[in-house]
Amino acid sequence: MADTLMTRDAMQTLAKRILALSSADETRVNISSDAAGNTRFAAGDITTSGDTEDTVISITSTVGGRRASSTTNLMDDASLKRAVDTAERLARLSPQDPELVPELGPQQYQNVDASNADVSDLNAASRAHAVEQLLIAARAPGGAMPIDPATLFVAGFLEARSGARGVATSKGLFAYHASTDVSLSCTARTPDGTGSGYASAGGRAWTAVDPGALGRRAAQKALASRNPVAIEPGRYTVILEPRAVADFIPGLMGSLNARSADEGRSAFSRKGGGTKLGEKIVDERITMLSDPFDPDLRGQPFDSDGLPLKRVVWIENGVLKNLAYSRFWAAKKGVEPTGGGGGGFGRNPAGLKLAGGTKSVDELIAGTDRGVLVTHFFYIRSLDQRTVLLTGLTRDGTFLIENGKITKSIKNFRWNDSPLLSLARLADIGKAEPVEAGLVMPSLKINDFTFSSLSDAV
Amino acid sequence: MTSRRDFLKTAAIGAVAAAGTSRIARSESLLDPWSSHTGDPMANEIALAAIQAAKDAGASYSDARVGRYRRQFIAAREHQITGVNDSESFGIGVRALVNGAWGFAATRDVSREGAVRVAQQAVKVARAARAVTRTPVVLAPTPAVKGSWRTPVQQDPIDIPIEDKVALLLAANEAALKVPGVRFANSGLALLREEKTLATTDGTLITQTFVRVGPSFTVTAIGDGDFQSYTEEMAPRGSGWEYITSLDMVGNAPKWAAIAAEKLTAKSVDVGRYDLILDPTNLWLTIHESVGHPTELDRARGYEANYAGTSFVAPPEKMIGKLKYGSRLMNIQADRVQQDSLSRCAWDDEGVAAESWLLIKDGMFHDYQTVRDQAPAIASLNGVNHSHGCSFADSWDTVQFQRMPNVSLLPGNADTTIDDIIADTDRGIVIKNRGSWSIDQQRYNFQFSGQVFYEVRKGKITGMLKDVAYQARTPDFWGSMDMIGGKRSYWLGGTFSDGKGEPGQASSVSHGCVPARFRQVNIINTARSV
Repeated sequence: MADTLMTRDAMQTLAKRILALSSADETRVNISSDAAGNTRFAAGDITTSGDTEDTVISITSTVGGRRASSTTNLMDDASLKRAVDTAERLARLSPQDPELVPELGPQQYQNVDASNADVSDLNAASRAHAVEQLLIAARAPGGAMPIDPATLFVAGFLEARSGARGVATSKGLFAYHASTDVSLSCTARTPDGTGSGYASAGGRAWTAVDPGALGRRAAQKALASRNPVAIEPGRYTVILEPRAVADFIPGLMGSLNARSADEGRSAFSRKGGGTKLGEKIVDERITMLSDPFDPDLRGQPFDSDGLPLKRVVWIENGVLKNLAYSRFWAAKKGVEPTGGGGGGFGRNPAGLKLAGGTKSVDELIAGTDRGVLVTHFFYIRSLDQRTVLLTGLTRDGTFLIENGKITKSIKNFRWNDSPLLSLARLADIGKAEPVEAGLVMPSLKINDFTFSSLSDAV
Repeated sequence: MTSRRDFLKTAAIGAVAAAGTSRIARSESLLDPWSSHTGDPMANEIALAAIQAAKDAGASYSDARVGRYRRQFIAAREHQITGVNDSESFGIGVRALVNGAWGFAATRDVSREGAVRVAQQAVKVARAARAVTRTPVVLAPTPAVKGSWRTPVQQDPIDIPIEDKVALLLAANEAALKVPGVRFANSGLALLREEKTLATTDGTLITQTFVRVGPSFTVTAIGDGDFQSYTEEMAPRGSGWEYITSLDMVGNAPKWAAIAAEKLTAKSVDVGRYDLILDPTNLWLTIHESVGHPTELDRARGYEANYAGTSFVAPPEKMIGKLKYGSRLMNIQADRVQQDSLSRCAWDDEGVAAESWLLIKDGMFHDYQTVRDQAPAIASLNGVNHSHGCSFADSWDTVQFQRMPNVSLLPGNADTTIDDIIADTDRGIVIKNRGSWSIDQQRYNFQFSGQVFYEVRKGKITGMLKDVAYQARTPDFWGSMDMIGGKRSYWLGGTFSDGKGEPGQASSVSHGCVPARFRQVNIINTARSV
């Protein structure tokens, strides 16, 4: 494609061009340049496949203590000038921002090598080839084959993305980071509609993905999950595979916002005022952190303000060690900002890792008298922010464990539980593994997980 | 309703006119994203060049969309504005069908050269897909159309001065914060103007401009070790600024804030079975999830199996005219023509004319939502040879596919109101506005909450409840509907962010409905102690 990823020099040149057009007190330019290819498949066919490219420029202007932004993907001089003028005009028309924090000057960044050429080289033909490998493996998965696996309905999605992010300010800051990420997931369904299995993998490099292994795994799960039986909803010991943990545990991140906690509207607000910082909130085997320099995460070493991101341990040995501070709230409280705007909704650009133990999922199963094995979750929504209570459903491979073995396929459940309360009921912790780019999660064994009702969905 | 897409990525411009100063001069570039709005000749020419290039490269069919998206967002918390953003996004996406396989490519380079390059790329992608594709795509026929259409509005929201928008949000927050116990107020406006030119090798050439507005308002009250929020259900609409004005956010804010404060002392619900009276402000989302999604034909055929899921309304041959979906009071209409609705258009993203049709008739499943490459699969079952016009892409850089039209519960014949339903109910709960929502991947088991709940005893509201969620199985739930409102109680809800597809796309959709009663629904309590 023509818009190949912007290099550091090209991005810096573009940022300078934009800053030269500005007459605001302070200006920040955020640039993102992306080239992506995707291939979607179902029923053994590729259903859609596409290559896209875009560069998006966001200009944030500050005039007399007022701030606003404009965004464009047009890069001719007239369009850039118009975008700068728009941001400045909007800023002038906005009320003064009492929480305005000045833009940053030059910062020191440690480079993170997060790009792999094998991802940027993944064109439509090589993606189609990978899909074909996955389908071939799904049709001959090995293991017990109660029905002809060639009749499985297989659907999935492969996406490869190369991106570059840049930040520049009128005070001399410039930050640049390039990264790649790739993911492949698939769902196999039995023709009678009673069995479904899912598998996925992803990372910064294509070597993180083995299409054949994913096809086999999804097919085996689909075959093993046929004709599920209903067991009573209630409280069960669960073993969550890493993908299920990745669906569930990051739901905590929104509650880590320091300001919400200080304001009394978070699970980490302490009754009577203050926060739970320093208190033991979950099992002592739990440590969760963000760190762009962790080789398993290879995250972005700065946030959208250009603030360098560092290793932040949110929970260490079960104790709440850090909350997420925006630059404004950090200054008000006299602490270091953690970056990322102090948010937590969405993904921290530095990545997220829940440290694991040494056991495999099979070992966790072997150590369980009675429990439920969960492949992944679906449609998770918040029920109560006070306890981070969430609801969702199990999906694509839910099994009963009895006496250390998987004994039967069971119907899916709706659950109502909280990642915070669950981590306090931790029974065991498995090996951590990369689930997708910038996200490392272990399998977890949790006691008394609340399944509230049965779902007929397969 | 999930969206992985960063809504701000393509947010919009327009505050120039908004500034109340003179409109900016047209840019020098031939393709001017500021131009309005009825078929830029250059956009037409470039789209036509793209489909010709695709045809020359071997495509049996191709379509090209030139899209210009302008969005404006303003957000306020308490006495300050926390964000003002305007954005524009401009580009071209080309779809090509080669030997029965699809390919797509998109670029922000909207020049003749860019269009030709991207069209050739789409053909190349299609050829790569063809190697793994066994079943060739067949398109339902559609007549060639030429023309333009624009959402009818009195005041284009982008053109309203930014000062007026800022003042509205700050005044609404101010009014809410005067209510005792209320500590936080968040309000916002999302204002969109999207222009699309579509050319197809079938001879269609159309330009449409869509205007949409989405206001929001949430207040939080803090009590002793407790906090409660209330979000008013201000439906986004395919309307102009006049709709925002009609909501009287400033006048109503104290009333909304008082609800948040009252929730602090509301009684926590006792679990059990109750007759549920759902206000349209709550029921619209239940319709979206439990009727809108399962009646999408691509889901029923498994094409969303890896992400949004499949459907219990499958396979089509066992469902059309045979599945009892709900009670006889249940008539569900799909349409893309309803006034002020978010899905309204003249043609979809394949150039198929907008229409309305029934999905559920007297409680029986009647028909699906379709696009051109899906309609032929069920033509022998529903007797419909054309697409119902449900094709949509959320940006120039995403491929169009089947998306939900407006899906609405039609009013009953009697002139029943929600008060009549309450008066007729012995022991029940009234639920208003959307709270939490979640449903399984085949759309059977759902659990929804609301923003405010009232206990009903012997035909009267006796007090406010909290911590309420209702949980049911779709056919049981709709089968238990025994009383619905009349025409006068019809209300149009909706969302900007219905998520589906991989990569994820967001679409805007409305759902009209009347209040309705559902008998003996399972109620759970969502409170937990830490």
